[in-house]
Amino acid sequence: MGIKEGLLALLADGPRHGYQLKLDLEAATGDAVTINVGQVYTTLQRLERDGLVEDGGNDVEGRAVYRITQPGISSLRDWVSRPEDLAAAGRDEISIKVLLALFTPGLDPRQVIETQRRATMGLLQDFTQLRAQDNDADLAWQLHLDRLMYSAEAELKWLDRVEERLERIKPVARVRKTRAEDPKEEKVR
Amino acid sequence: MSEPILKMRRVGKTHGRGAQRVDALVDIDLDVASGEFVAITGRSGSGKTTLLNIAGALDEPTTGNVWVEGNDLGDLSNNDLARIRRVSVGYVFQQFNLLPALTGSENVALPLELDGLEVREARAYANLALEEVGLGGMGDRYPDQLSGGEQQRVAIARGLVGPRTLLLADEPTGALDEATGESILKLLRDRCELGASALMVTHEPAFAAWADRVVRLRDGQIEEISVRSTVPSSTADIYS
Repeated sequence: MGIKEGLLALLADGPRHGYQLKLDLEAATGDAVTINVGQVYTTLQRLERDGLVEDGGNDVEGRAVYRITQPGISSLRDWVSRPEDLAAAGRDEISIKVLLALFTPGLDPRQVIETQRRATMGLLQDFTQLRAQDNDADLAWQLHLDRLMYSAEAELKWLDRVEERLERIKPVARVRKTRAEDPKEEKVR
Repeated sequence: MSEPILKMRRVGKTHGRGAQRVDALVDIDLDVASGEFVAITGRSGSGKTTLLNIAGALDEPTTGNVWVEGNDLGDLSNNDLARIRRVSVGYVFQQFNLLPALTGSENVALPLELDGLEVREARAYANLALEEVGLGGMGDRYPDQLSGGEQQRVAIARGLVGPRTLLLADEPTGALDEATGESILKLLRDRCELGASALMVTHEPAFAAWADRVVRLRDGQIEEISVRSTVPSSTADIYS
């Protein structure tokens, strides 16, 4: 999520000043998003420039309040109704590390898998403890925690699957060179 | 540190001989302390269930020693082994193994009655255990009047009934939905917090994460995966 959409969503609920936006955004996302107030004001200026928010005057304490505009509401609706493109978001560091280790002499993908498995299982244990002790926690935080737990679980299952696949293939078949590496071969074709 | 409830040293298990010889377990060292919950993960066929059966005196190791509450299982008479299985160890298996002619509550009370407890007292313990697994008031039903998940919960209650010190669970949440499965894991945790020890086999990472310690069996050997940290207070703590 961009901070932009988060601020628009909060302003759609009612006008707010910058610091309030920072606090509310963190609370609404179960601390999944943490930002400093400087980022909030920079983003607000950009949103104002694009006509998505406008000056809403000052509150009783003299702080500048912002208000969402009609184009702001349209932009928010547009963002919410669009599915996230997981394929585009999928530059996944762990996946890349395993794959590079697979093709690089001297690197052991199994080591990458083992190290990652330990770390992720530790994280999942932490999440599990948090969830077990906090049944009355606020909804945003619980939903966010569920999401983190399912991701950790999926990652552990994926690591098992990678390991299983690696055991089934012969080491020779692991390295696959791309054809473009050999220009002569390209010409013959 | 006090003696662990379960101690395994250089435990090996070999099936078959000659060319058919398979080393299911190789030199396993494992301690489960009082109050500790340990999960064993690993692929099917990795020896998880064999390890659990040896820990619970249901199978004998080919090599090595196993101690339950300080008793070397290899030194015990059959009678003493039977007593340990009945009194100290609670088993929760993938198969429910409920006796169809007995009600849920009778099934749960059976191990206690076999151990010489008064029927009334045993039933009281049984009803308490059934309540713990969310089946309070359903003790009079026979297994065929219960759903698969309910039968599994009766089997879990039977495994946990009475003051057992070593709880052994083999995929205990198999037929249960996620929420019920979690409540069973919480039950195992609670029992550990009261001083019992639990050893659980599971292939589900989300269930293993309930344990204090997660180990993995691979090629008959044990790898430590992760030890639970002290209670984090928020996700921010975890990330920092």
